[in-house]
Amino acid sequence: MNRKISVEINGQVVDGLVEPRLLLADFIRDNASLTGTHLGCEHGVCGACTVQLDGRPVRSCLLFAVQANGRRIATVEGMAPSATTLHPLQQAFHESHALQCGFCTPGILMTMEAFLREEPDPTPERIRSALAGNLCRCTGYQNIITAVRLAADRLQQTRA
Amino acid sequence: MKPAQFEYDDPQTLDEALELLARHGDDCKVLAGGQSLVPLMNFRLARPGRLIDINGVASLSHITSESGRLVIGAMTRHVELERSTEVARQSPLLTEAIGWVGHSQIRSRGTIGGSVAHADPAAELPAALAALDATFHMRSKQGARVLGWKQFFVSEFTTALAPDELVTAVQVPDQDPSTGTAFVEYARRHGDFALGGAAVTIKLGRDGRCENATIALLSAGPAPVRAEAAEKQLRGARIDESSIHAASVEAVKGLHPTTDLHGSTEYRVGLLQTMTERALTKAAERARSMTG
Amino acid sequence: MTKATATPEAALQGIGSSPLRKEDWPLVRGEGTFVADFKRPGMVHAFVVRSPFAHARFTTIDREAALAAPGVIDVITAQDLPDRGRPIPTRMFKDEGSNRFLQRPLADGVVRYSGEPVAVVIADTRYSAEDAAELLRVDYEPLAVVLDPDDAVAEDAPLLQPHTGTNVAGHLVVEIGALDEAFAGADLVIEEEFWIQRHAAVPLETRGLLAEYDAKTESLTVWGAAKIPHVNRAILARLLGWNDERRIRLIELHVGGGFGARGEFYPEDYLIPFAAMRTGRPVAWVEDREENLRATNQSREQVHRVEMALKADGTFLALKDSFINNTGAYVRTHGMTVPGLSVSMLPGPYRWPAYRGEYRSVVTNKTPGGTYRSPGRFEINFVRERLVDMAAHRLGIDPVEIRRRNLIDRASFPHDTGTLFDGHPVIYDSGDYVLLLEKALAAFDYEGMKRWRKEPASDGLRRGLGMGFFVEKAGPAEREYARVELNENGDVIVYTGTASVGQGVETILAQVCASHLGLPYERITVVHGDTGVIPEGMGAFGSRAAMLGGAAVMRASEEIKRRLLEAAAEELEAAPADLVLTTMGVSVIGAPLRTVSLTRLLSAGGGVIKQEDRFVCELLGFPYGIHFAAVEVDPASGAVHIHRFAVAYDIGRCINPVLVKGQIAGGFAQGVGGALLEEFSFDASGQPLSASFMDYLLPTSEDVPDIEVLITEDAPSPLNPLGVKGAGEGGTAAVGAAIANAVSDALGREVTRLPLNPQRVVELATA
Repeated sequence: MNRKISVEINGQVVDGLVEPRLLLADFIRDNASLTGTHLGCEHGVCGACTVQLDGRPVRSCLLFAVQANGRRIATVEGMAPSATTLHPLQQAFHESHALQCGFCTPGILMTMEAFLREEPDPTPERIRSALAGNLCRCTGYQNIITAVRLAADRLQQTRA
Repeated sequence: MKPAQFEYDDPQTLDEALELLARHGDDCKVLAGGQSLVPLMNFRLARPGRLIDINGVASLSHITSESGRLVIGAMTRHVELERSTEVARQSPLLTEAIGWVGHSQIRSRGTIGGSVAHADPAAELPAALAALDATFHMRSKQGARVLGWKQFFVSEFTTALAPDELVTAVQVPDQDPSTGTAFVEYARRHGDFALGGAAVTIKLGRDGRCENATIALLSAGPAPVRAEAAEKQLRGARIDESSIHAASVEAVKGLHPTTDLHGSTEYRVGLLQTMTERALTKAAERARSMTG
Repeated sequence: MTKATATPEAALQGIGSSPLRKEDWPLVRGEGTFVADFKRPGMVHAFVVRSPFAHARFTTIDREAALAAPGVIDVITAQDLPDRGRPIPTRMFKDEGSNRFLQRPLADGVVRYSGEPVAVVIADTRYSAEDAAELLRVDYEPLAVVLDPDDAVAEDAPLLQPHTGTNVAGHLVVEIGALDEAFAGADLVIEEEFWIQRHAAVPLETRGLLAEYDAKTESLTVWGAAKIPHVNRAILARLLGWNDERRIRLIELHVGGGFGARGEFYPEDYLIPFAAMRTGRPVAWVEDREENLRATNQSREQVHRVEMALKADGTFLALKDSFINNTGAYVRTHGMTVPGLSVSMLPGPYRWPAYRGEYRSVVTNKTPGGTYRSPGRFEINFVRERLVDMAAHRLGIDPVEIRRRNLIDRASFPHDTGTLFDGHPVIYDSGDYVLLLEKALAAFDYEGMKRWRKEPASDGLRRGLGMGFFVEKAGPAEREYARVELNENGDVIVYTGTASVGQGVETILAQVCASHLGLPYERITVVHGDTGVIPEGMGAFGSRAAMLGGAAVMRASEEIKRRLLEAAAEELEAAPADLVLTTMGVSVIGAPLRTVSLTRLLSAGGGVIKQEDRFVCELLGFPYGIHFAAVEVDPASGAVHIHRFAVAYDIGRCINPVLVKGQIAGGFAQGVGGALLEEFSFDASGQPLSASFMDYLLPTSEDVPDIEVLITEDAPSPLNPLGVKGAGEGGTAAVGAAIANAVSDALGREVTRLPLNPQRVVELATA
């Protein structure tokens, strides 16, 4: 039995009539046409599909779209303030060469954005630990940790 | 890797949930955090005909402290447990154990009720709760009952829950101030299910001897294993390197964890002994620092 | 306001600088277009039904129920394919014998690995395609399996292709020097057996394709191509029986990592275009992870039996190796590339008066094999560098010292090893191995690390140091295409026959162009990966893009500059040497008013000047490097903690230091996976046990420490005008070797098998 749902994604309400089994990731990618959220394993290990549900990072391959009915989702597409500027984390990833193929990047950005809200001034070790739920096959993680630290500095300066 | 079709209900109250469970019984699965169930469904290794999603049942999500015990609602998420100052104060073993569970995205969703009902023998929370002599509150339309951990965990992925029954809360006795606890495990990667681990508590008397000890092992058998003979051996003993070592040797006697691609039975038994030894050492240090 | 002087090199952001990557912007914004993100009107979805058995016979596939399922459009089996599916040819290291073991797009009567395609279901959604696939009935009758490389060559082994009478798909012997004499005169002979486990590239984006057929023009468009679009276009045309491959257009979108596996021609690369033609609908297929871990090329599984002869003073006399390479159920596109690289490169950076190498590449009931970053070399670097350490232990010589005594000296370059790879002589083009060793020892404070090694560690941990010295190879497939176009606005487009697999090819080719055209990096756009726009190309693999693609771009850029300066010289009445090209035009250096505008210079060409180049290089380049590992081992749990890891790498010439370091750090992480975590295991019936990310363990951020990198440019390659050698694989090459040596040092036991999983480490520690 299909269900009518209504999900707020990056501030826009997206309606859909969906099968209960439709994964949230597929709803975001196909119904909302936001394909920045990637599917890398569909069993909750790689983290590429990480989005934020009511502000917390979750694996969108382990949620059904019906479960997001009436909830607030944030995806990578909502990060940058404008078409010509980047969020400080995105900018830091660009400057620190923290991505190569870029497939895992959206999930990592969503995880780290939530992490920096919780922990605005993390040590590299804390960043390393918070990053462990996102696999990256290209970078060896080193530059990602540098980038997150750089973004933390800039975000703190902005707040100060 | 897309799940097979299923019917879906999302009750908003406990009574509605129990009513649905009573009606659909065997053919349905309760969806809590979904962090173990949904991967199995995506692989089509699990294909329930109906999901009863209890994420909307607000009454199941709470952490309360009442008369010497901590009561944790079944839908309390790992992240809430992890950050709860009450839990950290009254049951630091749980706080320590939760740090080993998956990664932040998993802890955002995973729940204590889901974890215990799934009953994975490699999971952290069941072992920690066994070490803490936790009890499990269960409800069905027929009524409520409370079981100790030993009765609750039956076997691999099997609990005493009837098909129409739900875990509503987990109850943990408050920790005595002279008790030290520790959770230690080793996994191939941090966040993976443990190859072996131990959750222990040690209560020291004024004379520095052990008044009570509990040792629960994960990935040691089909359900969490309490090393009762080793616990007995420690009671009344002076806690030092040699008594800890002897208890660790005792703890793994007769264990036969299953060989899989990540480690043989023999390797796992040795690891469990090491984990027990390390956990006891750490817990004893903590107990001393509390009593000292 | 313009100044008619040459833009300083730094402002151009040319070779040697590290400009921000051209690729990043859409990727960090979530605006990339990977193949699963790309949609076409009327598109339907394919699901490939795969064998659940490792070896079985079948006679019928009952598809009635599947065809009747909701949303199903078609079900395709081997009987629907022309000639029941033509075998997929090898594209590299062809070996006549191996042609008997090629894979056809769909199994026809026999399946030979768990995961082999037997049918394709086309439906309106992926969900309904998976539902219908469950309704397909195949009458499998299991056959005996062979899995282990040694078992494959046993007398009574089950045969995958009984008519051939063997499981040996390829066999090669290389012999150089007087081997028997060398062994007869040796003071010490070491004999050992080494195993390297099966693991694989596993890029984070799985494979995928979208194919669309236009019946009016009888042409096919395929999106999701990678690595070698032109090569695959030719293979697809051949399998379809089309004479004119221009009727096929392959288009690369964003590519989520390659590492050897992605972009090869797989069964699906035929099946999805075929399905599009048959159904008349655009057909999309995205591999899921479970398929990826059963269907995409795996690599590395080898068993080596080695003997090494030495003098008492540590001088190497001879090396003898006989190994079996497990290529899985079929010989895929790489042919004998992996064992061929192993056998030709085992000698490494040392002088060997005599060498004998032999491989047998066998078929077994496992997923077919291909290359994975540093193919064939990760394996043999482990074998050789472990042997060298064992020799050092036996002779009581310091591991660094025994290497120093046997390194090929700088006067011997170019150094002909006497071996061949796929017809190319293995001639080390340039090098100064001793210099790199000395630089690396100093940079990484090897003496300090030896002191660290002796300090007592906490918690019963044991410390060890290990190194691996290796020679890499770069740049096969001997030609590459480039076209550079400059328009009157001063904008440059570079068309290249190489491809992007996420490594940053747009950035580095723009840098090469910037340096040699003399125009700034930000004005240059690089176009790649579309056979409709680029006439030819060999792609991106084997660390070749910078070496061959870069040289072609360099020459085309220089030629444009030369033509423009020459044209302007007459008008300006100045010698070309006194002129400079800017985005405005050509001016006399120091006299900015004497300028001819680009508009004027390019008016004859319709406002644009174009230059093509095809760079040809028959020989391979050989970068070389050293890995150092410092580890702490927990003998009780078997945990291996990498305390410190350093890489020194001479790549001839470095185009972009930040990107090169990124390549090395990423390659290292994959090496850590191979050394400690990743392994494809199978049960006795051939069922894969590692077909999920719960059991196939990719390294996480907590498993990969930061590394130190020293890039040197002491031995530019004489084979190309840039002097570059390719830098993609040196981060991976000796990680297994260095970590195994360090763990051996820590435990005082000789490691002979990878990976160093906890159980193996505990067994070693307690042996």
